[in-house]
Amino acid sequence: MTAQPPANLSIQTFLAQQEEKDQLRFITCGSVDDGKSTLLGRLLYDSKTVFEDQFSAAEAESRAYGTQGENVDLALLVDGLQAEREQGITIDVAYRYFETPRRKFIAADTPGHEQYTRNMATGASTADLAIILIDARKGVLTQTRRHSFIVSKLGIRRVVLAVNKMDLVEYHQSVFNEIDEAYREFAERLGFESIHAIPMSALNGENVFARGERMPWYGGPALMPLLEEIDIRREETDKPFRMPVQWVNRPNLDFRGFCGTIGSGNVTVGQEIASALSGRKSRVKRILGPSGDLKTAQAGQSVTIVLADEIDISRGDVLAAPDALPEVADQFAAHIIWMDSEQLIPERKYWIRFAAAEATAQITDLVHAIDVNTYDELAAKTLHLNEIGYCKVALDHAVAFDSYADNRNTGSFVLIDRFTNRTIGAGVVAFALRRASNIKWHAMKIDKAVRARANRQKPCVLWFTGLSGSGKSTVADRLEQKLHDLGRRTYLLDGDNVRHGLNKDLGFTDTDRVENIRRVAEVARLMVDAGLIVISSFISPFRSERRMAREMMDADEFIEVFVDTPIEICEARDPKGLYRKAREGKLKNFTGIDSEYERPEIAEIVLKGAEADPEALADQIVAYLDRRAGR
Amino acid sequence: MKPLNHLDRLESESIHIIREVAATLRNPVMLYSIGKDSAVLLHLALKAFAPGRLPFPLMHVDTTWKFREMIAFRDATAEKLGLDLIVHINPEGLERGIGPFTHGSKLHTDVMKTEALKQALDKYRFDAAFGGARRDEEKSRAKERVFSFRSRTHRWDPKAQRPELWSLYNTRVGPGESVRVFPLSNWTELDVWQYILREKIDLVPLYFAAKRPVVERDGMLILVDDDRMPLNNGEKPQQLLVRFRTLGCYPLTGAIESSAANVEQIIVELLQSRASERQGRAIDRDQIGSMEKKKQEGYF
Repeated sequence: MTAQPPANLSIQTFLAQQEEKDQLRFITCGSVDDGKSTLLGRLLYDSKTVFEDQFSAAEAESRAYGTQGENVDLALLVDGLQAEREQGITIDVAYRYFETPRRKFIAADTPGHEQYTRNMATGASTADLAIILIDARKGVLTQTRRHSFIVSKLGIRRVVLAVNKMDLVEYHQSVFNEIDEAYREFAERLGFESIHAIPMSALNGENVFARGERMPWYGGPALMPLLEEIDIRREETDKPFRMPVQWVNRPNLDFRGFCGTIGSGNVTVGQEIASALSGRKSRVKRILGPSGDLKTAQAGQSVTIVLADEIDISRGDVLAAPDALPEVADQFAAHIIWMDSEQLIPERKYWIRFAAAEATAQITDLVHAIDVNTYDELAAKTLHLNEIGYCKVALDHAVAFDSYADNRNTGSFVLIDRFTNRTIGAGVVAFALRRASNIKWHAMKIDKAVRARANRQKPCVLWFTGLSGSGKSTVADRLEQKLHDLGRRTYLLDGDNVRHGLNKDLGFTDTDRVENIRRVAEVARLMVDAGLIVISSFISPFRSERRMAREMMDADEFIEVFVDTPIEICEARDPKGLYRKAREGKLKNFTGIDSEYERPEIAEIVLKGAEADPEALADQIVAYLDRRAGR
Repeated sequence: MKPLNHLDRLESESIHIIREVAATLRNPVMLYSIGKDSAVLLHLALKAFAPGRLPFPLMHVDTTWKFREMIAFRDATAEKLGLDLIVHINPEGLERGIGPFTHGSKLHTDVMKTEALKQALDKYRFDAAFGGARRDEEKSRAKERVFSFRSRTHRWDPKAQRPELWSLYNTRVGPGESVRVFPLSNWTELDVWQYILREKIDLVPLYFAAKRPVVERDGMLILVDDDRMPLNNGEKPQQLLVRFRTLGCYPLTGAIESSAANVEQIIVELLQSRASERQGRAIDRDQIGSMEKKKQEGYF
């Protein structure tokens, strides 16, 4: 059954055909004694994947542990670890490989006991299809419901219901029909796309590789032909483009490529894509596939993407289609399967791992646990090993993700214990939550210090002061660019973004100027409280108002930056033509002309605006901030 | 767009795993055993970081009993590709003259392979070591994770292995702990050969049939690779057309009679063959579950 080169085919043609097979990954779920290992043993044996020496080894073991009397116990071909062979149960996920002339198969063999829910979730996470075994004598059992639920939660849409051991119910059609109906009735709510029910006897090989003679009433295909034919076109290809960035490849100054596996959609040279975290866009300049440059690449391929522009992108970001960006949030709702013997502790912080992003996570709200047998929602304070719960999760910083229903690649995560490094849970995102949804971290009050830590910076306000034309705005702009490149979170307050909105009711009288600065200082204080580095760029000519602003902040948070440029030079520059207007008397109360500028006495930073270029002046401030943060 | 075939999928999956290690672990190394699986692994790693160089070294644990052609191939490959190659030999084993003929296969493997590997990992403080093992090789490997965690003493504890869901790997290790990483986990022997054919990957010539001097011992055809091999009474090397399905220490690796002299012929032979590849290895057959025991002790 494995491929034999037919006599009339040239070896080259035959080998080329072999190479073009596709791959189907499936999971088998069943309880102890459903005959799952026997079915897999049968698939391996009948596909001639079992080699002679393995078969002889199974023969030897059949004599020691076998359950089939004189016959070789096919289950022994697949049961792996010695401990489980002696106990006669399967205790982990095993992967089996076999092929037919049509397809290559990877089967995840998972045990069905209640305590091994996590193994089934593991096997299901990579599967295209699930085979759910039912013992014909027992019908749809609690575990059938459990297996189906887990499989559906993990996003599998195609199910094959293998009604096994038909030999033990004398191949009665009515037994099969009853099971088929009962299953379809309760599976309706699980949202499967297709359910194929097949009556079979794995032991006798009936309806496994070929239709059995004992069940002429069954008109459908045997299992193997079905697995060979079933359409597994992966939906991933049709979804919006996503590539979680794994690694940035910079072998030399001329090359900067973003490496990753395309999670969904496809990408073409010339196409516009965006960084999900920053929202910045660029065009795809090159795509390097495993065998060199590609014009286009699709979901499932590991590639290296070179962009036309220098955008700051690092591991954990997601390259995405700009018209369909993933969520970027630090809170979301999710279903979590607990996988560790130590229970979930909602106050505890865990590491969370998305495709490539990592963060610290806390379960802020265990909304309910789910009984996997009845699908009932239960009140719960914790989750134990193999329990599933619906939770709200908060992260220490925002990451890019999708809902699992939209995207299996960017909607899944694992939770890791921070002390033992064990993988203790796995989850699928339901949807992102906004701050407005009123969720708080239980363990601590969120204050300035916490926000500052989350931003990994020491917040402050850089209060620029100086004459019109002294170079404040130019330096402030350069500074903000530099801080952004260093990953700092900043905000620039200047006349442009304040005068037209917040302060549009104010004029240029002395009273209004003071109120103007008071409001700016108030906003700056809130932003410092939010953990930002605030740059304010106003003439702010009066000492008293600068002192007022200083006093609103904590002691070391107010950094006065005096741009000390002689008025002659400012007036010569006159970038907005204001000095000219003031001299002509068309502009009243202009600082330096008919309104006083009070030079600072205690500025933390003094920039000689006439002596150095804006670049060097901005560097001077960056160096000051580095010293201040102890970097 | 043409859908990806099984080789494309396996290739991309392996590259993903290799990059994940480079991105998240401090000091990885690629164990290079010179065989076909190592050749495929190296080929994939080069692709993963192109146009850059490999961000980690290769290491060969030399038992001093490898086939001579393997060593020649190793050195030529390192030279040709400009690889950073570390060769480690257990100095105590070397001093005591440990070898399979004088000390038996078990002690030889323990000292020159298992011990030597632990020594080298400790010496260079590697926290991750790539290996070319596949799940289809042996039953106990069917449950091996892609990331297989080892304690400070390099032991493998089946209960301490982490669940692996989706393509999300938890790569965190504690101080002194390490992880063995198997990017070829989901490949079968046939996949490996099909990929070698497609990618035109160079291999040690021992994989291809040629007339070679062999003696038959305990049902295995052993190549007389050098004059350290003692001949028993009545044993006389005969020139047979043979090749090897796996490569290791020459006294422990059986040849098979075959006329398959190129990759195409090997694939055809493989498709028609009914004997699995580990048959040629003496160490697996000691007792039921022997591979599992070796793994717990730290054998790859």
